[in-house]
Amino acid sequence: MITFKGVHKWFKTLHVLNDINLHVTPGEVLVVCGPSGSGKSTLIRTINQLEPINQGELIVDGINLSDKKADINKLRAEIGFVFQQFNLYPHLSVINNITLAPIKIRKTPRAEAEKQAMALLERVGLAEKRDAYPLQLSGGQQQRVAIARGLAMKPRIMLFDEPTSALDPEMIGEVLAVMKDLALSGMTMVVVTHEMGFAREVAHRVVFMDHGAILEEAPPNEFFGNPKHERAQQFLRQLLTPMQCECP
Amino acid sequence: MIFHHPPLLHTSLGFFVLNYQFDWSVVTSGKYFDWLVSGLITTLKLSCISIVLAFILGLVIAIMRMSHSRPIRWIAHAYLEFYRNTPLLVQIFFWYFGSYKILPAVINDWLVSTNFEFAAGVIALTIYTSAFIAEDIRSGILSIPKEQMEAARSAGFSYLRSMQYIILPQAVRITIPPLVNQFLNLAKNSSLAMTIGVMEMTYQARQVESYTFKGFEAFTAATVVYLVLSIVITSLVNLYNEKVLNLHKAA
Repeated sequence: MITFKGVHKWFKTLHVLNDINLHVTPGEVLVVCGPSGSGKSTLIRTINQLEPINQGELIVDGINLSDKKADINKLRAEIGFVFQQFNLYPHLSVINNITLAPIKIRKTPRAEAEKQAMALLERVGLAEKRDAYPLQLSGGQQQRVAIARGLAMKPRIMLFDEPTSALDPEMIGEVLAVMKDLALSGMTMVVVTHEMGFAREVAHRVVFMDHGAILEEAPPNEFFGNPKHERAQQFLRQLLTPMQCECP
Repeated sequence: MIFHHPPLLHTSLGFFVLNYQFDWSVVTSGKYFDWLVSGLITTLKLSCISIVLAFILGLVIAIMRMSHSRPIRWIAHAYLEFYRNTPLLVQIFFWYFGSYKILPAVINDWLVSTNFEFAAGVIALTIYTSAFIAEDIRSGILSIPKEQMEAARSAGFSYLRSMQYIILPQAVRITIPPLVNQFLNLAKNSSLAMTIGVMEMTYQARQVESYTFKGFEAFTAATVVYLVLSIVITSLVNLYNEKVLNLHKAA
């Protein structure tokens, strides 16, 4: 579904992605973790080409992104992307946020698009908010609408870039519950997150990154039970018991 | 000291005594009133047509200014600098006295047979105002977080469609108060069109003055009309700010 072959990326002189080789199979849930600045957000943003790559090959849903003739807009329509800051359209009501792309891009008739949107809102538990505006919602509610918006295009892949990092702690659970439900439905997902509970419970595979490189790649049991790389061990220790971090 | 010379005081006061006979009926009724009303209508027509065209042109220039192509950006930039930094009166004269000279005779004759003063006024006011509007729209667009564009592109919208459905509706909402300011400036600037014979408000006030010698009344009337026009529109904007802009803010 998604294949990285020797992918490199630089921001000016900063080497943000260093020889990434990764393969995501259909239906797989992949969690990417690592310290901030490790390149995990850049990695997930290359998949729908919000960030172009400089070297190597990236094939998404059968399309080689380096191919000049690749229709990137068409590919993006097949990929849902959920942002850390939700990025709902503030000038549109919840229902219009969800139906905009299906109506304008997929040419779905409005009535049908709204019916599908309502089904998605039911699924994320926000049916009663259909006519609210994004800024009238809490962060957790906005993020659930954002997930519904992504799903409205019936995507083949869903990407999550730290979807709970901007939320108050009591709202994280409601968003993770929606994501878990989605994972169980068989969606192919790549999730950048610090939520290790989610990774342990839902992920099929965990990737650990630092300084732009993938240092470890393992099923969650193995990754959490017996991390091989020293940086991964240190990272997990700090994450699980932050107060006892052995700061350098 | 002065009180010792009452006659002198009297004469010097006489110098200030008003011997002007006010006659407001000149501007409140009859033929001259009709002239002023027709001037007001022409002013409104001139302003409304120009603001609509200036908005469309300004939008195009603003988007060109943010283009990925350097030559297009440069053309838009040159346009802005050129029209913002030359006097409007010169531009009006250029379009009215200058522009048609380089056109073929057929078009020339046609232009003269039509109401070319009005058209030249619209062209000059539109182009001049569009330069300012373009900058207002551009700063409106720049004030929309870049994540909005990312979200739109991620959904599969092209750059232009993202602009159309997501960025511009938000940017224009923010831009409406400065746009109304531009409209007020335009309405006031439109008085310059009298110099090429457009029979707008100021032109008609001048006419009334010429026929009646009631300059004070005529130009007071013109002043009041411009003032009322501005105040009404400004109040509408304030209402808009309160009702519409706050609607989308957090509850």
